[in-house]
Amino acid sequence: MPSLFQQIQAGALWDFHGGVHPPVRKTQTSSKPIANLPLPDRLYLPVRQHIGVAGQLSITTGERVLKGQALTFADNSMVVPVHAPTSGTIIAITEHTSPHPSALPETVIVLEPDGADEWRPRQPLNIVSCDNQTILERIQDNGIAGMGGAGFPTHLKAGMSQPVDYLIINAVECEPYISADDALMQEAPTTIVKGIDILCKLLNPKAVLIGIEDDKPIAIAALKAACSQREHYYVREVPVKYPSGGEKQLIQLLTNKEVPAGRRPADIGIVMQNVGTAFAVAQAVLDDHPLISRIVTVTGETLVHPQNVHALIGTPVAALLDFCGFQAEQRQKVIMGGPMMGFTLPDLSVPVVKTTNCILAPTATELPDAGPELDCIRCSSCADACPATLLPQQLLWYSKAKDHDKLQEYNLADCIECGACAYVCPSEIPLVQYYRIAKADIREQQREALKAEQAKARFEARNARLEAEKQARLARNQQLAAAREQAQQQSGATNAVADALTRIKTKQAEHAAEKTREQILAEREQKKQQARDYQAQKAASAKQDEPTQGALSADDSSATKNAAVAAAIARAKAKKEQAALTADTATTNASDTEQPGNSEAIDPRQAAVAAAIARAKAKKEQAALTTDTATTNASDTEQPGNNEAIDPRQAAVAAAIARAKARKATAKLEGEE
Amino acid sequence: MTLITALLALGVLALLFGALLGYSAIRFKVESDPLVEQIDDILPQTQCGQCGYPGCRPYAEAIANGDDINKCPPGGEATIKKLAELMGVEAKPLNAAQEPAVKRVAFIREDECIGCTKCIQACPVDAILGASKLMHTVIAEECTGCDLCVEPCPVDCIDMIPIPVTPERWKWDLQAIPVKLVE
Amino acid sequence: MSFKIASSPHHHNQRSTAGLMKLVTLACIPGIALQAVFFGYGVLVQLVLAICTAWLAEAVMLWLRGKSILPRLTDHSALVTAVLLAISIPPYAPWWLVVIGTAFAIIFVKQLYGGLGNNLFNPAMAAYVLLLISFPVQMTQWLPPLPLQAVTLSPLDAVCAVFTQYSCSGFSITQLQQGIDGSTLATPLDTLRTDLAQGLTLTESYSKPVYQSIAGAGWLWVNLAYLAGGLFLVQQKIISWRIPTAVIVSLFLLSALGWLAAADANPSPLFHLFSGATMLAAFFIATDPVSASTTDKGRLYYGALIGALVFVIRTFGGYPDAFAFAVLLANMCVPLIDYYTRPRTYGHKAKGSTK
Ligand code: SF4
Ligand code: SF4
Ligand code: SF4
Ligand code: SF4
Repeated sequence: MPSLFQQIQAGALWDFHGGVHPPVRKTQTSSKPIANLPLPDRLYLPVRQHIGVAGQLSITTGERVLKGQALTFADNSMVVPVHAPTSGTIIAITEHTSPHPSALPETVIVLEPDGADEWRPRQPLNIVSCDNQTILERIQDNGIAGMGGAGFPTHLKAGMSQPVDYLIINAVECEPYISADDALMQEAPTTIVKGIDILCKLLNPKAVLIGIEDDKPIAIAALKAACSQREHYYVREVPVKYPSGGEKQLIQLLTNKEVPAGRRPADIGIVMQNVGTAFAVAQAVLDDHPLISRIVTVTGETLVHPQNVHALIGTPVAALLDFCGFQAEQRQKVIMGGPMMGFTLPDLSVPVVKTTNCILAPTATELPDAGPELDCIRCSSCADACPATLLPQQLLWYSKAKDHDKLQEYNLADCIECGACAYVCPSEIPLVQYYRIAKADIREQQREALKAEQAKARFEARNARLEAEKQARLARNQQLAAAREQAQQQSGATNAVADALTRIKTKQAEHAAEKTREQILAEREQKKQQARDYQAQKAASAKQDEPTQGALSADDSSATKNAAVAAAIARAKAKKEQAALTADTATTNASDTEQPGNSEAIDPRQAAVAAAIARAKAKKEQAALTTDTATTNASDTEQPGNNEAIDPRQAAVAAAIARAKARKATAKLEGEE
Repeated sequence: MTLITALLALGVLALLFGALLGYSAIRFKVESDPLVEQIDDILPQTQCGQCGYPGCRPYAEAIANGDDINKCPPGGEATIKKLAELMGVEAKPLNAAQEPAVKRVAFIREDECIGCTKCIQACPVDAILGASKLMHTVIAEECTGCDLCVEPCPVDCIDMIPIPVTPERWKWDLQAIPVKLVE
Repeated sequence: MSFKIASSPHHHNQRSTAGLMKLVTLACIPGIALQAVFFGYGVLVQLVLAICTAWLAEAVMLWLRGKSILPRLTDHSALVTAVLLAISIPPYAPWWLVVIGTAFAIIFVKQLYGGLGNNLFNPAMAAYVLLLISFPVQMTQWLPPLPLQAVTLSPLDAVCAVFTQYSCSGFSITQLQQGIDGSTLATPLDTLRTDLAQGLTLTESYSKPVYQSIAGAGWLWVNLAYLAGGLFLVQQKIISWRIPTAVIVSLFLLSALGWLAAADANPSPLFHLFSGATMLAAFFIATDPVSASTTDKGRLYYGALIGALVFVIRTFGGYPDAFAFAVLLANMCVPLIDYYTRPRTYGHKAKGSTK
């Protein structure tokens, strides 16, 4: 029995379960040369184009940047910076539709090219003489992230400390239509191999396996020729089958190993990189050329010239499509990525990012929409097609039932969302969609469970704290009482006082027992009001004192503050009362005489309704009363020239409220939309 | 005679199975948390008191003593389902009828805060930071969205704002992702 | 302009549920044709009746359940149920038999369980069993195969016979059931059972005219036609090869064992395979996706279980043919089979993958 390594050396290939054979339709682009796109008017560079966190901005609006200049910088290892694809001016740092299925806005840097295409100074590295750390830093600083799909930072994968047996270069490109990697391999096989050399230097694997689907004869020949000098590089032709380019599937195809659930390939001594990434690594290390452009397949039958193009990162999709002669249909679908795993774009201003390998604009007859979803007939075609050997029909059932425990039991987490199941399903059930939702639900539930745990801990901690405080207070009170008693006894006072106290207490208790909840609330409200009146009066008197007392600055400021507080109270209450008034009037008119009149106008009606004795109403009424007094007080005090002192603050508040209102309004609008 | 044999046989069988059941009940006994703990673990720990109890734990105790399982609005459907499973009762629809549509957190408009500390006292999970006469703020990460701090604030400067959707939190919509018109 | 938003995959293969069902029906046609040739045109009348009833029942039930009618009616699953039932019952059974059966299949077995995909039992077979238990006499009135028929029936006769139980020329069904030699003829399986019960040995029984060739006149050809249709379906990847193979292999092995043990009391394996509804059941009935097992291994077990049950019921049970019972019993085991034959998910340990 030869060892695995010997088998691999001998050229053995394995197979993975399932898979489908959708029509590939690659020839319309793969045989043409790669075109160069004219410079677009604007480049939109999302600050985060990889898995991880966004870098810190290192430029400001209005700054001129050079081609290849870093726009963000990395302050930890999870950051991959982005670079200016050409020289020009940063005209904005703003929110823009993201290249994500949700199309939610995210931060982008908008660059206006100046056409000079002026490079920053570059320092090519000599890889023979420098150590791995320098190379890794170079890879990170030049913004290299996986170009195959997910965009995992390359320096993390290449800087793995675990020993690596096999480095697999993924050149399979199994999705229909896409031929970007194919074109790259035809055009630059030697650079790719140089990139692989660098990765080998970093990882030191036993062998390099390059997996290519066997429908790309020219690319295979080119790579084989380029690898001919390297002993342990093996170019492997894998049969055409979707999704053989999936990480786990390719590993199984080439090495017959399975990545254990929940682990990473590195745990079984395998690292996989995309060919595009290998190319980018070579450029970054050898030429100090950061990742600022990539090859994108622009295809579909609505295009007059489907082809592969060199596109700068940040180029809006519209520019690509227009370049290729886009003739949109009614209700056109524009897909970023391939037909199996890509997502549709809501508009064409979405930019090309590091992971964009294809823009697909098919006609409605080319990729027809799924028909109406019918009932699952349990035909198991999906299970036969699933590369992860799941049972999609059972997962569907449990997803619909929202039975998350069962979903986990049936290993929903191992679904790679390849879409093979939905592709074959005769009932046209959007299976993947169900799984995505179920997965998101499960994630959310886990998050929530974690949060509940934290909340509980905090709640308990708080209770414990309150309890401790109470005990401490009790102890102190007892101490004090004891001390007082001693003092009283010493001073000869009799128990008469204590008797009186207990009498009062019992009376109070009786009284309290009689009171209903409403009364208590009303009382509390009254007290609140009194307190506010008092505060307002204090503020007023403080101000009235002001002119006579002269200008003691400390007094002045505290008076101002008090007035502001009173005004704030008044304003807030007024706002509650007068929902119809706009934010502006609610704040600036707080001192208007119009207000009391207004609330009086409301009062009778309220009184009539109050016959229904709603507690809430009563409270409101009281609030209105408070407003009355408070506003008059406030207006009294605000008149004598203090306005200027308060104004900025008022303005700020007004602005804040206006903002909140605007936000609410927009939220509402959005909701309606 | 046959009757007696039949009866005897049945009796013996019954005894045997009874013994088996009894044995397995002891042998395979599942050690479990006390019921209240289990219920408390299911409850969302929002501590909002919307169930009519001063916190999640008291409600858990009440459920253990036979109260309805459908009084927790923040937990919603999922919690009721789990409670029903645990308690072996039928899942009922939420009784409060108004399930909170979106998750929200409290937000203090900071320039309006007067520093009265009332909200701190109200917050069951100590999610508000501040000191007397100083500006207060909510630690959004810790806020459970229970609403309890909104009412006590004398100047109404606390808003409940929906948690913004980010690509990480975003969920696919099953039917249609809203199509918006561009240009 | 507005762009269309959809979720991946954006590509689907063109095979639809309706298409599958149509192909299944198509594959039945050779068998039906031979059945019509050998056992009279009654089967065609039954087909028409069954299909009409099925469509009507389906439409009414969908309407009552408040579901959209057209897309579900045109998935042709009711058609398949109707066809399977119509070709399983005797060709000259009274018209109400097939109407009751089809209506029961659609209304009770399928729609009340929640419609296509949710029924636990194979609707056609559940209806067949219901009919067999409720109307045993009518359900066994098979005519002798064509070469043995004393009276041959024209298509018009067939219609009359189904609706009135008398042919246009006035022969009653009982008369029609008599062979040329004047004795009443049942199906080979039926005859065999009766003969064995009467203490005849197989060799004696085989001398009867109903057994020409291996498995009885006509039946062999009909079975071969269904086998061909079934193989077509397997080749088209519409049904999995596992279930029919398992059914046939297990039936063959068990009957071979019985035959080797007592050749005189047990018919040969080939007789088992090519008489009665064996091929129809193995390729068309047991493979009904909804009620069959869904895992690869499960399908083997499921098929084998059906084969074994058929042999047991044919040999020891009280009913001549056994597929309906066997399929229903196996249907009951499906959830269990499926649960224990879950495939190992990629990246998980072989056994006890859950935890
Ligand atoms: S392919 Fe579709 S219809 Fe068939 S079992 Fe899977 S989900 Fe059901
Ligand atoms: S999407 Fe998931 S369930 Fe469907 S075939 Fe791919 S891995 Fe299997
Ligand atoms: S901050 Fe307010 S809403 Fe948030 S947990 Fe505390 S009291 Fe509840
Ligand atoms: S209750 Fe309102 S005013 Fe008082 S401290 Fe809290 S946020 Fe500030």
